[in-house]
Amino acid sequence: MPAVSPIVEFQSVAKRYGDGPLILDAINLQANPGDFISLIGPSGCGKSTLLRLIAGLNPVSGGSIRIAGRSPEEASAELAFVFQEPTLLPWLTVAANVDLPQKLRGLAAVERTAATEQALALVKLDGKQRAYPRQLSGGQKMRVSIARALTLNPKILLLDEPFGALDEMTREHLNEELLTIRAQQAWTAFFVTHSVAEAVFLSNRILVMSANPGRIAHDITVDLPTERTNDTRLTRPYQEQVAEVSRLLRSVEET
Amino acid sequence: MRRHLTNILLPAATGSLMIALWYLLRHGLSEDYKFLLPTPDEIITALRTNSEILTRAIINTTEGALLGFGLAIVVSFTCALLMSLSSLIRVSLYPYLMILQMTPIIIFAPILILWVGPGLKSVVVITFLICFFPLVVNTTQGLISTDRNLVELFQMYRASKWQQIKLLRIPAALPYFFTGLRIAAVLAPIGALVGDYTAGSSAGNGGGLGFQAIIYSSQAKYPALFATAAVTCALGFIFVAGVLALSWLALHKWHDSYQRSDN
Repeated sequence: MPAVSPIVEFQSVAKRYGDGPLILDAINLQANPGDFISLIGPSGCGKSTLLRLIAGLNPVSGGSIRIAGRSPEEASAELAFVFQEPTLLPWLTVAANVDLPQKLRGLAAVERTAATEQALALVKLDGKQRAYPRQLSGGQKMRVSIARALTLNPKILLLDEPFGALDEMTREHLNEELLTIRAQQAWTAFFVTHSVAEAVFLSNRILVMSANPGRIAHDITVDLPTERTNDTRLTRPYQEQVAEVSRLLRSVEET
Repeated sequence: MRRHLTNILLPAATGSLMIALWYLLRHGLSEDYKFLLPTPDEIITALRTNSEILTRAIINTTEGALLGFGLAIVVSFTCALLMSLSSLIRVSLYPYLMILQMTPIIIFAPILILWVGPGLKSVVVITFLICFFPLVVNTTQGLISTDRNLVELFQMYRASKWQQIKLLRIPAALPYFFTGLRIAAVLAPIGALVGDYTAGSSAGNGGGLGFQAIIYSSQAKYPALFATAAVTCALGFIFVAGVLALSWLALHKWHDSYQRSDN
């Protein structure tokens, strides 16, 4: 069986801002197509910075990042980013917000409308096209943000703690919906979170990072069935995995 | 409903009380000084008898105010856009904008008449100078205060500079722009009046409200002078109401400042 080519590859990546201290150091990482990789670690360990490097929002200070053999800037059409905040344009309707990336890319209106409707249906907001962001709940806003990211059929989805500001119940629902959407689309995900339970539920790999400078301390394979539902949270293997990742995270925080 | 009634009845009661006090004050004056404080009914009569002259003056002042206001909007928006695009331009121009704001325009009015000629042109220039500063400062602030996350979103999708300006920075700056516009709308009729007062003797056909105020004052036609003040005040209200209506049209669907009234 031929080896799968990694879709994202970090080689000895380092990052510092200006003359400041190293934020990331010696990051070596290979992500395969279809991976759902969660990044977890203490505050300031560079999780979000790592995402921004993949997105090409910031340049690396050392080493290299290749996305399907190209630089992040060259591969920008393959990437979509979901920020911590929903980052919706308040003067645009839900449909216009979702349409935005396609409009910026100059796609034809007919094509755009179909993709927007499809993305809104995926996040279960197909009745809210004409609503404005201020008329939505926090969870709905984040759904719009995810729909917007999906309209360009990205190969890689970067999610920077998207559900961090939501209540526990909404977060769990959105976790399940995210997996349902993923089952229909074949993107690779990098997901920053502070929640171990969320990381285990969503991912097939978890990177536990240490701080000062940020490094990958543990690369954990999540040994759970691919299909996950709310019942998965009640299973013993899930709970054991959560306990194990929590233990590793604590050990990283104590060093 | 009760609150709504209170909001109407209280100002109405205050107004009635003030008019009553006005009549009392006038009644208390000796006959020699009564001419200094015309009563509301005398003012209304003066308004009627001078309606033709005042209508012409209103048209002249409104023309000057609208042209100066419009010019200030166009020039200030262009300046604000340039200053938002380059911090070098911003740093270079900002001190001089402050100086312009601090300079009492009325001092320059006589020289402006010599520069651009008396009449409408001077009125427009004076109105422009008075309206320009609040517009340019607020619009620039709006254009440079765009949410950083939204800017990064546009960068992420490799938006062009023009797309970023048109689809992000200008809409995001609208609330700031309308704040400046509201201030300028209050100032525009005042600017035009100042212009009329100093340079408007041949503005249009017979001058504007400022010029008319000078005439009535010199002829000791005080009820007509008060009537001129009343229509100037009404003109200011119309300007502000126009801007508030525009602001509502542009912002009410999405901006938080309109949230309570809509929900």
